[in-house]
Amino acid sequence: MTAETSVLFDAPGPKARTRHRIIAVVGSLAILALLYLLIRALAAKGQFTAEKWATFLDPVTWTAYLLPGLQATLVAAFFSIILAIIGGILLGMGRLSQLRPVRMACGAFVEFFRAVPVLMMMLFAYYLFLFGFQISGAALPLFGVVAGLTFYNSSVIAELIRSGVGSLPKGQQEAGLAIGLTPFATLRLVLLPQAITLMLPSIVSQLVVVLKDSALGFLILYPELVRSGQTLASLQGNLIPTFIVIAAIFILINYLLTRLAHYLERRLQARRRGPKQPELETVMSPTLPGGALEVSGQT
Amino acid sequence: MLQGLSELLAEYNVLAAFWMTIKLTVAAAIGALLLGTIVAIMRVSPVAVFRSAGTAYVTLVRNTPLTLIVFFCAFGFYITLQYRIGPQNSPIDVQNFRWGVLGLAIYHAAFVAEALRSGINTVPKGQAEAARAIGLDFRTTLSNVVLPQAFRGAIAPLGNVLIALTKNTTVVATIGVAEASYLMKGMIEFRPDLIYIIFGIMAAGFVILTLPLGILFTTLSRRLAVKR
Repeated sequence: MTAETSVLFDAPGPKARTRHRIIAVVGSLAILALLYLLIRALAAKGQFTAEKWATFLDPVTWTAYLLPGLQATLVAAFFSIILAIIGGILLGMGRLSQLRPVRMACGAFVEFFRAVPVLMMMLFAYYLFLFGFQISGAALPLFGVVAGLTFYNSSVIAELIRSGVGSLPKGQQEAGLAIGLTPFATLRLVLLPQAITLMLPSIVSQLVVVLKDSALGFLILYPELVRSGQTLASLQGNLIPTFIVIAAIFILINYLLTRLAHYLERRLQARRRGPKQPELETVMSPTLPGGALEVSGQT
Repeated sequence: MLQGLSELLAEYNVLAAFWMTIKLTVAAAIGALLLGTIVAIMRVSPVAVFRSAGTAYVTLVRNTPLTLIVFFCAFGFYITLQYRIGPQNSPIDVQNFRWGVLGLAIYHAAFVAEALRSGINTVPKGQAEAARAIGLDFRTTLSNVVLPQAFRGAIAPLGNVLIALTKNTTVVATIGVAEASYLMKGMIEFRPDLIYIIFGIMAAGFVILTLPLGILFTTLSRRLAVKR
């Protein structure tokens, strides 16, 4: 029994353990029966014949369809997350600004783009680039996908940054102001670096969302993994095996990213609890002397 | 601009498209809540097999794009395998709607399960220990002490799932269900000159749908929050 469930259940005694064993056997049989029904339904329609799966042993399948598709997915996700982090930090700073108009404008922007579906933003961006800016060719769908993902995710990351700054001890800001930094310099040099470190696991988790949402590019003809898989499937007539393979690729990548996020979170927690002089570390890590000088000259 | 707006509203049935969005949301929300509750119960059950099965479901579904799940339902089970939900003779758009709802429900059930589990996790262990200490038995502990607090803790995350679901119904546009984003695509293709107004109408529709939900769930979770 894991610790997280113990609020619901007592540690089982001998009677309960016997009962659990019986339930476990019955339950596993029920789950296996469900899986069996699903697999039989697929097999009855000939989805597990060798010819439907032989395509995946052919290197051309991978080099001509799946790997280029995966590459397109990763390219879109990469550009989107980079732009979203930049945009998110700027918007997050805007929401924490001392100036009321800036705060309100950034707040409205963030709330608006969090409320609108990503697919709509992609469609809008795609047709805007097509009709408004006369962009065409292979870059057009990529621009559409990246624009849609960036608007949405920069709003999400802005909120992450804001809550990250909010969760810092108050003394951090007070100390920054006390040594004569301006509010903006305090934010930039003291609060933001800590907030970003604190929010790193959430940002990695957001990458999973970006990767999944890049599949929406299907509708604007971006040749990402799902679309290239569909092209392959319509050629080979093995839609279901192809979808299973594509799902496996997505699950593997996203699972690894989720594990990375958990790992980062554990490390950060260990650092916060750190055995020796955690105060020293938090004071020293975020700022470099050079940066501080530069900003005090700037303002 | 006003002229463009009235032209669009006269020519296209925006309300019908949003009605479809609402129908998708409600139907999928009910499905996701049912399925998600089962998965959540499995995830916290004392039987290890159920726990692993629940975890497997959440891990597999949460890491798959919704687009792929919806395709699996519509193109895989419906078009390729010819499985139908409900009456055999119902028309294609009804079948697409049902398979779309199923895909949405399967996907969001994983998030509902996580929301419920996080609600249970907000209950400190001391609450159950205190209940046992004053002599409550297992069932009373659960029904009078732990679960009421767990449900309150789950309100805010469940609200987030519902808002995400509302926005994610747009994904079924990829299988041709005539909801808001499907209409938007058609509108822009025929009236590219009015692209800003079209996006404005559609975005406003979603703001109108999701904003009250957000306010409602935030108020509820705050009002029902367990003071600790």
